[in-house]
Amino acid sequence: MSKRSHKLFINIDLPARRSMFMVPGTAREPGTNGLNSLQGNTMKFGLAERSRIAAFLIFAFLSFAVQLRAQFAPAPAGSAFSIPEAQLLKPEALIQLLQTTNKDKPLILQVGSHMLFAQAHIPGSEYAGPGSQPAGIEQLQIRMNALSRKKLIVLYCGCCPWNRCPNLGPAFAKLREMGFTNVKALYLANNFGADWADKGYPVEPGN
Amino acid sequence: MSGIPKAIGNAPCILRRSFAVKLLLGLCVGVSAAQSPVATTSFLHKQAPQFVRTDFENRKLDLRAYRGKVVLLDFWATWCASCQIEMPRFVAWQSQYGPRGLQIIGISMDDDPALARKLYKKMKLNYPVAMGDERLGQLYGGVLGLPLTYLIDSQGNVQARFRGEADLNSIEEKFKTLLRP
Repeated sequence: MSKRSHKLFINIDLPARRSMFMVPGTAREPGTNGLNSLQGNTMKFGLAERSRIAAFLIFAFLSFAVQLRAQFAPAPAGSAFSIPEAQLLKPEALIQLLQTTNKDKPLILQVGSHMLFAQAHIPGSEYAGPGSQPAGIEQLQIRMNALSRKKLIVLYCGCCPWNRCPNLGPAFAKLREMGFTNVKALYLANNFGADWADKGYPVEPGN
Repeated sequence: MSGIPKAIGNAPCILRRSFAVKLLLGLCVGVSAAQSPVATTSFLHKQAPQFVRTDFENRKLDLRAYRGKVVLLDFWATWCASCQIEMPRFVAWQSQYGPRGLQIIGISMDDDPALARKLYKKMKLNYPVAMGDERLGQLYGGVLGLPLTYLIDSQGNVQARFRGEADLNSIEEKFKTLLRP
């Protein structure tokens, strides 16, 4: 858009405002007959531009509205997104925790696939059943029943990308429901292989 | 913790918007990193590890028997949403490119075979699928996250590994170069 038409767009008068969304040539606004030919051409060009800009703005607004709605919608039950950020633990933080904690080591539970656990898991961790299935939640509950509610628990899964993990959310919610106050979830953005094993953090196979 | 999404339910709007942007960027970076064929994998351009299984139709599934075909070996599970998104495309590819020598093989990494069989029927998979186990996973370097797909050429050599939510168009472009005209 030229500087001139840009200026016209900004300093647009009331009649032009009314005609902003009109297709040039299809209707005539009163009071525009006095424009000379140069102004008329510029105005026609400006109107077409404005129509395109208006269409773009409407499209952008609708897209933004859809994104906003998705963003502010509550996290679906069971999603890993339902776990508060304050309760997330980065892999390096867990390593540090394991190295520095002498007395009260955290209980690390894998709440995903057993087949993945059997191939490789964090040394010292236990398999607690898939959090996405009722049987897994029951297994977790049985394991945790006798423990102190203040015990530091670290849950992890790593079956799939964080936004797709079906296991961590329900397992975390179950422990909170049981009264555990010190539950963390290991944040693995992609999966256990990419974000833990491939980075050289310790693993061990077995059941 | 920096770089990790805040609690959606409790955070103020501005923080929620901020973490959403950070999360989106992080996921984009993560996914794009994960979906690239891993050039440094020890299997690349080497013979794919052999295995024999019984598929869900009770037929023998011997990887060696597919020598001469281009094989797309897909590790999946019922709990893997991304895997299920890929399946209809795999079905279409098997129909479209099967006559040109493509063979898709599915390996379920589910703990419960019944769940895998159920999804196999529901998705009407038109290619052989068998159950995997930790030994098969370790044979392929550890299946520590799904989806995971290997592209094996007609000589039985691994040509690419696609890990995570891969760009299906790039997989298609890759295997098409190996197919018969």
